Amino acid sequence: MSESEVSTKLDLTTLEARAKQCRRLIVEMVHKAGAGHPGGSLSAIDLMVGLYGTQMRIRVDEPDWPNRDRFIMSKGHASPAVYSLLHELGFLTKADLDGFRTLGSVCQGHVDMRWTDGVDFSAGSLGMGLSFGLGCSLAASMDGSDRNTWVMIGDGETQEGQVWEALMAASYHQVGNLKLIVDRNRIQNDDFVGIQMEIGDIASKINSFGWVVREIDGHDMQAIVDALAWAESHDSGPAAIVAHTIKGKGVSFMEDNPSFHGKAPNDDELARALEELS
Amino acid sequence: MSAPSTGGASRDGYGTGLLRIAHDPRVVVLEADLGKSTKSCHFRDQYPDRTISLGIAEQNMMLVAAGLASCGKIPFASTFAIFTERAFEQIRNGIARPELNVHICGSHGGIHTGTDGSSAQSIEDLALYRTIPGMTVLHPCDDLSTAELTVQLLEHNQPSYTRTARNKTPRLYDEESSRSLKIGKGSILRDGDDVAIIACGVMVYKAMKVADILQADGISTTVIDMHTIKPLDTELVSDLARRCNGIVTVEDHSVIGGLGSAVASHLSTTNPTRIKMLGVDDRFGESGGSEELLELMNLDISDIEAACRELL
Repeated sequence: MSESEVSTKLDLTTLEARAKQCRRLIVEMVHKAGAGHPGGSLSAIDLMVGLYGTQMRIRVDEPDWPNRDRFIMSKGHASPAVYSLLHELGFLTKADLDGFRTLGSVCQGHVDMRWTDGVDFSAGSLGMGLSFGLGCSLAASMDGSDRNTWVMIGDGETQEGQVWEALMAASYHQVGNLKLIVDRNRIQNDDFVGIQMEIGDIASKINSFGWVVREIDGHDMQAIVDALAWAESHDSGPAAIVAHTIKGKGVSFMEDNPSFHGKAPNDDELARALEELS
Repeated sequence: MSAPSTGGASRDGYGTGLLRIAHDPRVVVLEADLGKSTKSCHFRDQYPDRTISLGIAEQNMMLVAAGLASCGKIPFASTFAIFTERAFEQIRNGIARPELNVHICGSHGGIHTGTDGSSAQSIEDLALYRTIPGMTVLHPCDDLSTAELTVQLLEHNQPSYTRTARNKTPRLYDEESSRSLKIGKGSILRDGDDVAIIACGVMVYKAMKVADILQADGISTTVIDMHTIKPLDTELVSDLARRCNGIVTVEDHSVIGGLGSAVASHLSTTNPTRIKMLGVDDRFGESGGSEELLELMNLDISDIEAACRELL
Protein backbone atom coordinates (compact mmCIF):
# COMPACT_ATOMS: atom_id res chain seq x y z
CA MET A 1 0.00 0.00 0.00
CA SER A 2 1.49 3.33 -1.03
CA GLU A 3 0.04 6.75 -0.21
CA SER A 4 -2.60 4.66 1.46
CA GLU A 5 -6.16 5.67 2.00
CA VAL A 6 -6.44 9.05 0.40
CA SER A 7 -6.55 7.75 -3.12
CA THR A 8 -9.18 5.23 -2.12
CA LYS A 9 -11.52 7.54 -0.14
CA LEU A 10 -13.26 4.78 1.77
CA ASP A 11 -17.05 4.73 1.69
CA LEU A 12 -19.25 5.19 4.73
CA THR A 13 -20.03 1.51 5.18
CA THR A 14 -16.35 0.61 5.18
CA LEU A 15 -15.47 3.44 7.56
CA GLU A 16 -18.21 2.45 10.00
CA ALA A 17 -17.15 -1.19 9.91
CA ARG A 18 -13.55 -0.20 10.56
CA ALA A 19 -14.58 1.99 13.48
CA LYS A 20 -16.46 -0.90 15.03
CA GLN A 21 -13.47 -3.20 14.59
CA CYS A 22 -11.23 -0.57 16.22
CA ARG A 23 -13.64 -0.34 19.16
CA ARG A 24 -13.31 -4.10 19.69
CA LEU A 25 -9.53 -3.84 19.63
CA ILE A 26 -9.64 -0.90 22.07
CA VAL A 27 -11.59 -2.72 24.76
CA GLU A 28 -9.57 -5.92 24.26
CA MET A 29 -6.27 -4.04 24.50
CA VAL A 30 -7.20 -2.20 27.66
CA HIS A 31 -8.65 -5.34 29.23
CA LYS A 32 -5.52 -7.35 28.51
CA ALA A 33 -3.25 -4.61 29.88
CA GLY A 34 -5.47 -4.18 32.92
CA ALA A 35 -5.01 -0.44 32.49
CA GLY A 36 -5.54 2.31 29.96
CA HIS A 37 -8.13 4.81 28.81
CA PRO A 38 -11.12 3.28 27.01
CA GLY A 39 -13.54 6.21 27.36
CA GLY A 40 -11.61 8.84 25.41
CA SER A 41 -10.48 6.27 22.85
CA LEU A 42 -14.05 5.28 22.07
CA SER A 43 -15.15 8.91 21.78
CA ALA A 44 -12.33 9.74 19.34
CA ILE A 45 -12.22 6.68 17.10
CA ASP A 46 -14.94 7.62 14.60
CA LEU A 47 -13.17 10.91 13.89
CA MET A 48 -9.80 9.20 13.48
CA VAL A 49 -11.13 6.49 11.19
CA GLY A 50 -12.79 9.17 9.08
CA LEU A 51 -9.59 11.19 8.95
CA TYR A 52 -7.30 8.32 7.95
CA GLY A 53 -9.91 6.90 5.58
CA THR A 54 -10.51 10.07 3.59
CA GLN A 55 -7.72 12.61 4.13
CA MET A 56 -4.38 11.36 5.41
CA ARG A 57 -1.65 10.96 2.81
CA ILE A 58 0.74 8.45 4.37
CA ARG A 59 2.82 5.47 3.34
CA VAL A 60 2.58 2.36 5.48
CA ASP A 61 5.74 0.97 3.88
CA GLU A 62 7.58 4.25 4.51
CA PRO A 63 6.39 5.59 7.89
CA ASP A 64 8.94 8.42 7.87
CA TRP A 65 8.06 9.63 4.36
CA PRO A 66 8.91 13.34 4.79
CA ASN A 67 5.94 14.65 2.81
CA ARG A 68 3.29 12.68 4.68
CA ASP A 69 0.40 14.43 6.35
CA ARG A 70 0.89 14.58 10.10
CA PHE A 71 -1.59 13.46 12.74
CA ILE A 72 -0.77 14.84 16.16
CA MET A 73 -2.66 13.00 18.88
CA SER A 74 -2.39 15.45 21.72
CA LYS A 75 -4.68 13.53 24.07
CA GLY A 76 -2.04 10.81 24.20
CA HIS A 77 -3.84 8.71 26.76
CA ALA A 78 -6.25 7.72 23.97
CA SER A 79 -3.41 5.56 22.71
CA PRO A 80 -5.62 2.46 22.31
CA ALA A 81 -7.55 4.35 19.63
CA VAL A 82 -4.30 5.16 17.81
CA TYR A 83 -2.92 1.63 18.06
CA SER A 84 -6.18 0.01 16.97
CA LEU A 85 -6.24 2.19 13.86
CA LEU A 86 -2.53 1.70 13.12
CA HIS A 87 -3.27 -2.05 13.28
CA GLU A 88 -6.08 -1.74 10.77
CA LEU A 89 -3.81 0.33 8.51
CA GLY A 90 -1.03 -2.27 8.68
CA PHE A 91 1.53 -0.49 10.89
CA LEU A 92 1.07 -2.75 13.90
CA THR A 93 0.47 -6.48 14.34
CA LYS A 94 -2.01 -8.06 16.74
CA ALA A 95 0.97 -9.19 18.80
CA ASP A 96 2.02 -5.53 19.06
CA LEU A 97 -1.40 -4.64 20.43
CA ASP A 98 -1.20 -7.52 22.90
CA GLY A 99 1.94 -5.95 24.33
CA PHE A 100 0.20 -2.66 25.14
CA ARG A 101 1.71 -1.11 28.31
CA THR A 102 4.17 -3.98 28.88
CA LEU A 103 7.96 -3.68 29.13
CA GLY A 104 9.61 -3.16 25.75
CA SER A 105 6.35 -2.95 23.82
CA VAL A 106 6.04 -0.64 20.81
CA CYS A 107 2.62 0.20 22.26
CA GLN A 108 3.63 2.53 25.10
CA GLY A 109 1.05 3.74 27.61
CA HIS A 110 0.89 7.12 25.89
CA VAL A 111 1.62 7.47 22.17
CA ASP A 112 5.31 8.02 21.45
CA MET A 113 6.93 8.83 18.10
CA ARG A 114 10.17 7.14 19.12
CA TRP A 115 8.48 3.81 19.82
CA THR A 116 5.80 3.39 17.19
CA ASP A 117 5.86 3.61 13.39
CA GLY A 118 3.03 5.82 12.22
CA VAL A 119 3.03 8.03 15.33
CA ASP A 120 4.12 11.62 14.71
CA PHE A 121 4.21 13.01 18.26
CA SER A 122 5.24 11.94 21.75
CA ALA A 123 2.25 12.83 23.88
CA GLY A 124 1.21 12.21 27.44
CA SER A 125 1.26 15.69 28.86
CA LEU A 126 -1.86 17.56 27.85
CA GLY A 127 -1.81 20.92 26.11
CA MET A 128 1.29 20.45 23.96
CA GLY A 129 0.05 18.88 20.72
CA LEU A 130 -1.39 21.94 19.01
CA SER A 131 1.88 23.82 19.47
CA PHE A 132 3.78 20.88 18.00
CA GLY A 133 1.34 20.76 15.11
CA LEU A 134 1.90 24.44 14.48
CA GLY A 135 5.62 23.72 14.23
CA CYS A 136 4.91 20.99 11.66
CA SER A 137 2.69 23.38 9.70
CA LEU A 138 5.28 26.14 9.65
CA ALA A 139 7.90 23.64 8.48
CA ALA A 140 5.63 22.53 5.64
CA SER A 141 5.13 26.14 4.57
CA MET A 142 8.89 26.76 4.58
CA ASP A 143 9.37 23.60 2.51
CA GLY A 144 6.71 24.68 -0.01
CA SER A 145 4.95 21.40 0.72
CA ASP A 146 1.19 20.88 0.50
CA ARG A 147 1.15 18.44 3.42
CA ASN A 148 -1.40 19.06 6.17
CA THR A 149 -1.13 18.72 9.91
CA TRP A 150 -4.16 17.45 11.80
CA VAL A 151 -4.24 17.79 15.57
CA MET A 152 -6.68 16.19 17.97
CA ILE A 153 -7.18 17.55 21.47
CA GLY A 154 -9.69 16.78 24.19
CA ASP A 155 -12.15 19.25 25.64
CA GLY A 156 -10.75 18.95 29.17
CA GLU A 157 -7.37 19.61 27.61
CA THR A 158 -8.45 23.12 26.66
CA GLN A 159 -8.11 24.01 30.34
CA GLU A 160 -4.35 24.06 29.66
CA GLY A 161 -3.24 27.62 28.90
CA GLN A 162 -0.75 26.46 26.29
CA VAL A 163 -3.65 25.46 24.02
CA TRP A 164 -4.71 29.11 23.84
CA GLU A 165 -1.13 30.26 23.24
CA ALA A 166 -1.07 27.92 20.26
CA LEU A 167 -4.50 28.98 19.00
CA MET A 168 -3.38 32.61 19.08
CA ALA A 169 -0.07 31.88 17.38
CA ALA A 170 -1.63 29.76 14.61
CA SER A 171 -4.07 32.52 13.83
CA TYR A 172 -1.36 35.17 13.82
CA HIS A 173 0.79 33.10 11.45
CA GLN A 174 -2.24 32.30 9.24
CA VAL A 175 -1.35 28.65 8.80
CA GLY A 176 -3.80 27.29 6.27
CA ASN A 177 -2.35 23.78 6.55
CA LEU A 178 -3.19 23.29 10.24
CA LYS A 179 -6.44 21.56 11.17
CA LEU A 180 -7.72 21.02 14.70
CA ILE A 181 -10.24 18.46 15.90
CA VAL A 182 -11.66 18.89 19.41
CA ASP A 183 -13.07 15.71 20.92
CA ARG A 184 -15.82 17.33 22.99
CA ASN A 185 -16.77 14.31 25.11
CA ARG A 186 -17.56 16.39 28.22
CA ILE A 187 -15.66 14.16 30.63
CA GLN A 188 -12.14 14.47 32.04
CA ASN A 189 -10.16 12.43 34.53
CA ASP A 190 -11.95 13.16 37.77
CA ASP A 191 -15.45 13.91 36.56
CA PHE A 192 -17.56 15.79 34.01
CA VAL A 193 -15.88 18.88 32.54
CA GLY A 194 -18.87 20.86 33.74
CA ILE A 195 -18.03 19.93 37.31
CA GLN A 196 -14.23 20.22 37.12
CA MET A 197 -14.09 23.55 35.27
CA GLU A 198 -16.62 24.17 32.53
CA ILE A 199 -15.21 25.50 29.28
CA GLY A 200 -18.51 26.67 27.82
CA ASP A 201 -18.82 27.41 24.13
CA ILE A 202 -15.49 26.09 22.84
CA ALA A 203 -16.39 26.76 19.21
CA SER A 204 -17.04 30.46 19.86
CA LYS A 205 -13.89 30.78 21.90
CA ILE A 206 -11.72 29.22 19.19
CA ASN A 207 -13.46 31.34 16.58
CA SER A 208 -12.72 34.45 18.61
CA PHE A 209 -9.03 33.53 18.37
CA GLY A 210 -9.24 33.89 14.59
CA TRP A 211 -10.03 30.35 13.47
CA VAL A 212 -12.91 29.18 11.31
CA VAL A 213 -14.88 26.58 13.22
CA ARG A 214 -17.51 23.99 12.40
CA GLU A 215 -19.43 21.93 14.95
CA ILE A 216 -20.54 18.37 14.22
CA ASP A 217 -21.83 15.17 15.79
CA GLY A 218 -18.55 13.30 16.20
CA HIS A 219 -20.21 9.92 15.71
CA ASP A 220 -22.06 10.72 12.45
CA MET A 221 -19.64 9.40 9.83
CA GLN A 222 -21.15 11.39 6.99
CA ALA A 223 -20.89 14.58 9.03
CA ILE A 224 -17.32 13.68 9.96
CA VAL A 225 -16.25 13.09 6.36
CA ASP A 226 -17.93 16.29 5.20
CA ALA A 227 -16.35 18.40 7.97
CA LEU A 228 -12.90 16.95 7.31
CA ALA A 229 -13.23 17.82 3.62
CA TRP A 230 -14.33 21.33 4.57
CA ALA A 231 -11.38 21.79 6.92
CA GLU A 232 -8.95 20.41 4.34
CA SER A 233 -10.18 22.82 1.69
CA HIS A 234 -9.91 25.87 3.94
CA ASP A 235 -6.40 27.14 3.21
CA SER A 236 -6.45 30.83 4.12
CA GLY A 237 -5.98 30.15 7.83
CA PRO A 238 -6.38 27.50 10.50
CA ALA A 239 -9.62 25.53 10.71
CA ALA A 240 -11.16 23.68 13.65
CA ILE A 241 -13.83 21.03 14.02
CA VAL A 242 -15.52 20.83 17.39
CA ALA A 243 -16.90 17.31 17.47
CA HIS A 244 -19.59 16.60 20.04
CA THR A 245 -18.96 13.06 21.17
CA ILE A 246 -19.92 10.59 23.86
CA LYS A 247 -17.21 9.28 26.12
CA GLY A 248 -17.16 5.48 25.92
CA LYS A 249 -19.31 5.52 22.74
CA GLY A 250 -20.38 2.06 21.61
CA VAL A 251 -20.26 0.28 24.96
CA SER A 252 -23.45 1.07 26.87
CA PHE A 253 -22.07 0.92 30.39
CA MET A 254 -19.05 3.02 29.47
CA GLU A 255 -21.03 5.73 27.70
CA ASP A 256 -21.06 9.06 29.48
CA ASN A 257 -19.51 7.33 32.49
CA PRO A 258 -16.57 9.19 34.09
CA SER A 259 -15.36 6.03 35.82
CA PHE A 260 -14.27 4.58 32.45
CA HIS A 261 -11.97 7.49 31.63
CA GLY A 262 -8.99 5.52 32.81
CA LYS A 263 -10.22 2.12 33.95
CA ALA A 264 -9.95 -1.28 32.30
CA PRO A 265 -13.01 -3.51 31.92
CA ASN A 266 -12.99 -6.76 33.92
CA ASP A 267 -13.62 -10.14 32.26
CA ASP A 268 -17.37 -9.87 32.49
CA GLU A 269 -17.39 -6.30 31.25
CA LEU A 270 -15.18 -7.24 28.31
CA ALA A 271 -17.56 -10.01 27.28
CA ARG A 272 -20.51 -7.63 27.45
CA ALA A 273 -18.62 -4.97 25.52
CA LEU A 274 -17.63 -7.35 22.72
CA GLU A 275 -21.19 -8.61 22.47
CA GLU A 276 -22.44 -5.07 22.02
CA LEU A 277 -19.74 -4.46 19.40
CA SER A 278 -20.39 -7.64 17.43
CA MET B 1 37.44 45.76 37.59
CA SER B 2 35.80 47.32 34.59
CA ALA B 3 35.06 45.49 31.38
CA PRO B 4 37.20 46.31 28.36
CA SER B 5 35.77 48.31 25.51
CA THR B 6 36.42 45.53 23.05
CA GLY B 7 34.53 42.27 23.05
CA GLY B 8 30.97 41.59 24.01
CA ALA B 9 28.72 39.65 26.32
CA SER B 10 28.21 35.95 25.66
CA ARG B 11 24.70 36.76 24.43
CA ASP B 12 26.30 38.78 21.61
CA GLY B 13 28.17 35.63 20.64
CA TYR B 14 24.90 33.76 20.31
CA GLY B 15 23.74 36.40 17.84
CA THR B 16 26.87 36.20 15.71
CA GLY B 17 26.91 32.40 15.95
CA LEU B 18 23.41 32.25 14.45
CA LEU B 19 24.57 34.40 11.53
CA ARG B 20 27.51 32.05 10.93
CA ILE B 21 25.15 29.10 10.47
CA ALA B 22 22.41 30.97 8.63
CA HIS B 23 23.68 29.56 5.32
CA ASP B 24 22.08 26.25 6.31
CA PRO B 25 18.41 26.47 5.27
CA ARG B 26 17.42 24.08 8.08
CA VAL B 27 18.23 26.72 10.68
CA VAL B 28 15.10 28.40 12.05
CA VAL B 29 15.09 30.99 14.83
CA LEU B 30 12.25 31.30 17.34
CA GLU B 31 11.63 34.32 19.51
CA ALA B 32 9.38 35.10 22.47
CA ASP B 33 9.52 38.90 22.43
CA LEU B 34 13.11 39.06 23.66
CA GLY B 35 15.09 38.82 20.44
CA LYS B 36 16.70 42.20 21.05
CA SER B 37 17.90 40.90 24.40
CA THR B 38 19.00 37.39 23.44
CA LYS B 39 20.51 38.82 20.22
CA SER B 40 18.60 36.60 17.82
CA CYS B 41 17.40 39.93 16.40
CA HIS B 42 20.40 40.04 14.04
CA PHE B 43 19.26 36.80 12.42
CA ARG B 44 15.73 38.20 12.19
CA ASP B 45 17.00 41.31 10.41
CA GLN B 46 18.67 39.26 7.69
CA TYR B 47 16.45 36.16 7.57
CA PRO B 48 12.90 37.20 8.45
CA ASP B 49 11.44 34.24 6.53
CA ARG B 50 13.19 31.83 8.90
CA THR B 51 12.45 33.74 12.09
CA ILE B 52 9.22 32.96 13.92
CA SER B 53 7.80 35.38 16.45
CA LEU B 54 5.69 33.62 19.05
CA GLY B 55 5.00 36.38 21.52
CA ILE B 56 5.33 36.12 25.26
CA ALA B 57 4.40 32.44 25.30
CA GLU B 58 7.39 30.26 26.08
CA GLN B 59 5.53 26.98 26.51
CA ASN B 60 4.10 27.24 23.03
CA MET B 61 7.49 28.25 21.62
CA MET B 62 9.20 25.09 22.91
CA LEU B 63 6.66 22.79 21.28
CA VAL B 64 6.60 24.76 18.02
CA ALA B 65 10.36 24.23 17.99
CA ALA B 66 9.83 20.52 18.60
CA GLY B 67 7.36 20.29 15.72
CA LEU B 68 9.77 22.07 13.39
CA ALA B 69 12.58 19.72 14.44
CA SER B 70 10.37 16.68 13.79
CA CYS B 71 10.10 17.91 10.19
CA GLY B 72 13.86 18.27 9.70
CA LYS B 73 14.42 21.88 10.73
CA ILE B 74 17.09 22.85 13.26
CA PRO B 75 15.34 25.32 15.55
CA PHE B 76 17.18 27.75 17.81
CA ALA B 77 14.75 29.12 20.42
CA SER B 78 15.75 31.80 22.86
CA THR B 79 14.39 33.85 25.72
CA PHE B 80 15.67 34.80 29.17
CA ALA B 81 17.12 31.85 31.09
CA ILE B 82 14.51 32.32 33.79
CA PHE B 83 11.63 32.10 31.30
CA THR B 84 12.90 28.88 29.77
CA GLU B 85 12.32 27.43 33.22
CA ARG B 86 8.62 28.22 32.88
CA ALA B 87 8.59 25.69 30.05
CA PHE B 88 10.67 23.05 31.81
CA GLU B 89 8.12 20.31 31.39
CA GLN B 90 7.64 21.24 27.73
CA ILE B 91 11.39 20.89 27.24
CA ARG B 92 11.49 17.64 29.16
CA ASN B 93 8.48 15.95 27.59
CA GLY B 94 8.17 17.72 24.26
CA ILE B 95 11.81 18.12 23.19
CA ALA B 96 14.21 15.90 25.11
CA ARG B 97 12.09 12.78 25.52
CA PRO B 98 11.55 12.34 21.76
CA GLU B 99 15.22 13.36 21.23
CA LEU B 100 14.36 16.30 18.99
CA ASN B 101 17.19 18.46 17.74
CA VAL B 102 16.12 21.74 19.37
CA HIS B 103 18.66 24.25 20.68
CA ILE B 104 17.48 26.49 23.49
CA CYS B 105 19.34 29.60 24.56
CA GLY B 106 18.63 31.24 27.90
CA SER B 107 20.19 34.66 28.13
CA HIS B 108 20.57 36.84 31.21
CA GLY B 109 21.57 33.85 33.34
CA GLY B 110 22.82 34.29 36.88
CA ILE B 111 22.85 37.09 39.43
CA HIS B 112 25.34 38.92 37.18
CA THR B 113 22.20 40.04 35.32
CA GLY B 114 22.05 42.72 37.97
CA THR B 115 19.60 45.50 38.57
CA ASP B 116 16.47 43.73 37.28
CA GLY B 117 16.49 41.89 40.59
CA SER B 118 15.93 38.31 41.69
CA SER B 119 12.96 37.51 39.44
CA ALA B 120 15.22 37.82 36.39
CA GLN B 121 18.30 36.15 37.87
CA SER B 122 18.14 32.47 36.98
CA ILE B 123 20.35 30.57 39.42
CA GLU B 124 18.93 27.08 38.85
CA ASP B 125 18.76 26.66 35.06
CA LEU B 126 21.96 24.64 34.72
CA ALA B 127 20.79 22.29 37.46
CA LEU B 128 17.39 21.82 35.87
CA TYR B 129 18.63 20.98 32.40
CA ARG B 130 21.43 18.72 33.68
CA THR B 131 18.76 16.37 35.02
CA ILE B 132 17.20 15.74 31.62
CA PRO B 133 18.50 12.63 29.82
CA GLY B 134 20.32 13.37 26.55
CA MET B 135 20.41 17.13 27.08
CA THR B 136 23.65 19.02 26.43
CA VAL B 137 24.17 22.00 28.75
CA LEU B 138 26.54 24.84 27.80
CA HIS B 139 27.59 28.01 29.58
CA PRO B 140 30.40 29.77 27.68
CA CYS B 141 32.42 32.63 29.12
CA ASP B 142 32.69 35.25 26.37
CA ASP B 143 31.24 36.26 23.03
CA LEU B 144 33.76 34.52 20.78
CA SER B 145 33.51 31.16 22.51
CA THR B 146 29.73 31.40 22.55
CA ALA B 147 29.69 32.04 18.81
CA GLU B 148 31.94 29.04 18.17
CA LEU B 149 29.90 26.67 20.34
CA THR B 150 26.66 27.90 18.77
CA VAL B 151 28.10 27.07 15.35
CA GLN B 152 28.98 23.57 16.57
CA LEU B 153 25.38 23.00 17.69
CA LEU B 154 24.41 22.90 14.01
CA GLU B 155 25.90 19.41 13.77
CA HIS B 156 25.25 18.38 17.35
CA ASN B 157 22.09 16.31 16.74
CA GLN B 158 20.96 16.39 20.35
CA PRO B 159 18.77 18.83 22.25
CA SER B 160 20.77 21.48 24.05
CA TYR B 161 20.52 24.37 26.47
CA THR B 162 23.00 27.24 26.29
CA ARG B 163 23.09 29.83 29.05
CA THR B 164 24.44 33.24 28.09
CA ALA B 165 25.08 36.30 30.22
CA ARG B 166 23.69 39.79 29.89
CA ASN B 167 26.82 41.79 30.64
CA LYS B 168 30.17 42.17 28.97
CA THR B 169 33.16 40.54 30.60
CA PRO B 170 36.73 40.48 29.28
CA ARG B 171 37.40 38.24 26.30
CA LEU B 172 39.37 35.11 27.10
CA TYR B 173 39.65 33.90 23.52
CA ASP B 174 40.52 35.40 20.19
CA GLU B 175 39.10 34.28 16.86
CA GLU B 176 41.76 31.62 16.42
CA SER B 177 41.76 30.12 19.92
CA SER B 178 37.98 30.02 20.03
CA ARG B 179 38.01 27.71 16.98
CA SER B 180 39.82 25.05 18.98
CA LEU B 181 36.92 24.69 21.44
CA LYS B 182 34.88 21.51 21.38
CA ILE B 183 31.52 20.81 22.99
CA GLY B 184 32.17 18.39 25.86
CA LYS B 185 35.85 19.25 26.25
CA GLY B 186 36.93 21.61 29.00
CA SER B 187 39.28 24.35 27.88
CA ILE B 188 42.59 24.73 29.74
CA LEU B 189 43.23 28.46 29.87
CA ARG B 190 46.15 28.19 32.26
CA ASP B 191 48.18 25.27 33.49
CA GLY B 192 49.54 24.71 37.01
CA ASP B 193 49.94 21.94 39.56
CA ASP B 194 49.24 23.48 42.95
CA VAL B 195 45.54 24.13 42.67
CA ALA B 196 42.88 24.02 39.97
CA ILE B 197 39.93 26.34 39.41
CA ILE B 198 37.08 25.02 37.30
CA ALA B 199 34.78 27.84 36.34
CA CYS B 200 32.07 28.68 33.84
CA GLY B 201 30.47 31.79 32.40
CA VAL B 202 31.30 35.17 33.83
CA MET B 203 33.35 33.59 36.62
CA VAL B 204 36.09 32.38 34.29
CA TYR B 205 37.79 35.76 33.94
CA LYS B 206 37.67 36.13 37.75
CA ALA B 207 39.44 32.79 38.01
CA MET B 208 42.15 34.07 35.65
CA LYS B 209 42.64 37.12 37.88
CA VAL B 210 43.02 34.86 40.91
CA ALA B 211 45.62 32.79 39.08
CA ASP B 212 47.63 35.98 38.46
CA ILE B 213 47.50 36.89 42.15
CA LEU B 214 48.54 33.39 43.25
CA GLN B 215 51.34 33.34 40.69
CA ALA B 216 52.87 36.37 42.39
CA ASP B 217 53.21 34.19 45.49
CA GLY B 218 54.73 31.35 43.53
CA ILE B 219 51.52 29.28 43.46
CA SER B 220 50.78 27.69 40.10
CA THR B 221 47.12 27.42 39.21
CA THR B 222 45.20 25.61 36.52
CA VAL B 223 42.17 27.46 35.20
CA ILE B 224 39.54 25.54 33.26
CA ASP B 225 36.77 27.14 31.25
CA MET B 226 34.20 24.38 31.67
CA HIS B 227 31.86 25.71 29.02
CA THR B 228 30.12 22.35 28.78
CA ILE B 229 28.43 21.42 32.05
CA LYS B 230 26.91 18.30 30.51
CA PRO B 231 28.35 16.03 29.32
CA LEU B 232 31.07 16.91 31.80
CA ASP B 233 34.68 16.43 30.69
CA THR B 234 35.31 13.82 33.39
CA GLU B 235 38.67 12.84 31.93
CA LEU B 236 39.98 16.34 32.46
CA VAL B 237 38.46 16.62 35.94
CA SER B 238 40.03 13.31 36.99
CA ASP B 239 43.40 14.42 35.67
CA LEU B 240 43.23 17.64 37.69
CA ALA B 241 42.32 15.66 40.80
CA ARG B 242 45.39 13.49 40.37
CA ARG B 243 47.91 16.27 39.95
CA CYS B 244 46.60 19.21 42.03
CA ASN B 245 46.20 19.68 45.78
CA GLY B 246 42.55 20.46 45.38
CA ILE B 247 39.87 21.89 43.12
CA VAL B 248 37.81 25.07 43.42
CA THR B 249 34.63 25.27 41.37
CA VAL B 250 33.15 28.70 40.67
CA GLU B 251 29.82 29.50 39.07
CA ASP B 252 27.23 32.26 39.01
CA HIS B 253 24.56 29.68 39.84
CA SER B 254 23.22 27.89 42.88
CA VAL B 255 25.75 25.62 44.54
CA ILE B 256 23.01 22.99 44.29
CA GLY B 257 23.04 21.08 41.04
CA GLY B 258 25.33 23.10 38.80
CA LEU B 259 28.98 22.89 37.77
CA GLY B 260 30.28 22.28 41.30
CA SER B 261 27.78 19.52 41.90
CA ALA B 262 28.70 17.87 38.61
CA VAL B 263 32.42 17.95 39.43
CA ALA B 264 31.90 16.79 43.02
CA SER B 265 29.56 14.03 41.98
CA HIS B 266 32.12 12.67 39.54
CA LEU B 267 35.10 12.90 41.87
CA SER B 268 33.36 11.55 44.97
CA THR B 269 32.76 8.26 43.21
CA THR B 270 36.04 8.03 41.29
CA ASN B 271 38.80 9.97 42.98
CA PRO B 272 37.80 11.66 46.26
CA THR B 273 39.45 15.08 46.18
CA ARG B 274 39.41 18.18 48.33
CA ILE B 275 36.93 20.57 46.73
CA LYS B 276 35.65 24.05 47.45
CA MET B 277 32.37 24.82 45.72
CA LEU B 278 31.71 28.51 45.19
CA GLY B 279 28.34 29.63 43.91
CA VAL B 280 25.12 31.20 45.04
CA ASP B 281 24.54 29.69 48.45
CA ASP B 282 20.92 28.55 48.33
CA ARG B 283 19.42 32.01 48.32
CA PHE B 284 17.84 34.47 45.88
CA GLY B 285 19.56 37.58 44.61
CA GLU B 286 18.34 41.16 44.63
CA SER B 287 18.76 44.34 42.62
CA GLY B 288 22.26 45.74 42.37
CA GLY B 289 25.29 46.06 40.17
CA SER B 290 26.87 42.89 38.84
CA GLU B 291 30.07 43.32 40.80
CA GLU B 292 28.19 44.31 43.94
CA LEU B 293 26.08 41.20 43.72
CA LEU B 294 29.06 38.91 43.20
CA GLU B 295 30.59 40.45 46.28
CA LEU B 296 27.37 39.98 48.22
CA MET B 297 27.30 36.31 47.22
CA ASN B 298 30.94 35.78 48.24
CA LEU B 299 31.92 35.25 44.61
CA ASP B 300 34.51 37.98 44.40
CA ILE B 301 38.15 37.52 43.47
CA SER B 302 39.15 37.57 47.14
CA ASP B 303 36.70 34.76 47.91
CA ILE B 304 38.07 32.57 45.12
CA GLU B 305 41.62 33.33 46.17
CA ALA B 306 40.87 32.41 49.79
CA ALA B 307 39.29 29.13 48.71
CA CYS B 308 42.38 28.26 46.67
CA ARG B 309 44.74 29.03 49.56
CA GLU B 310 42.73 26.83 51.92
CA LEU B 311 43.43 23.87 49.66
CA LEU B 312 47.22 24.33 49.63
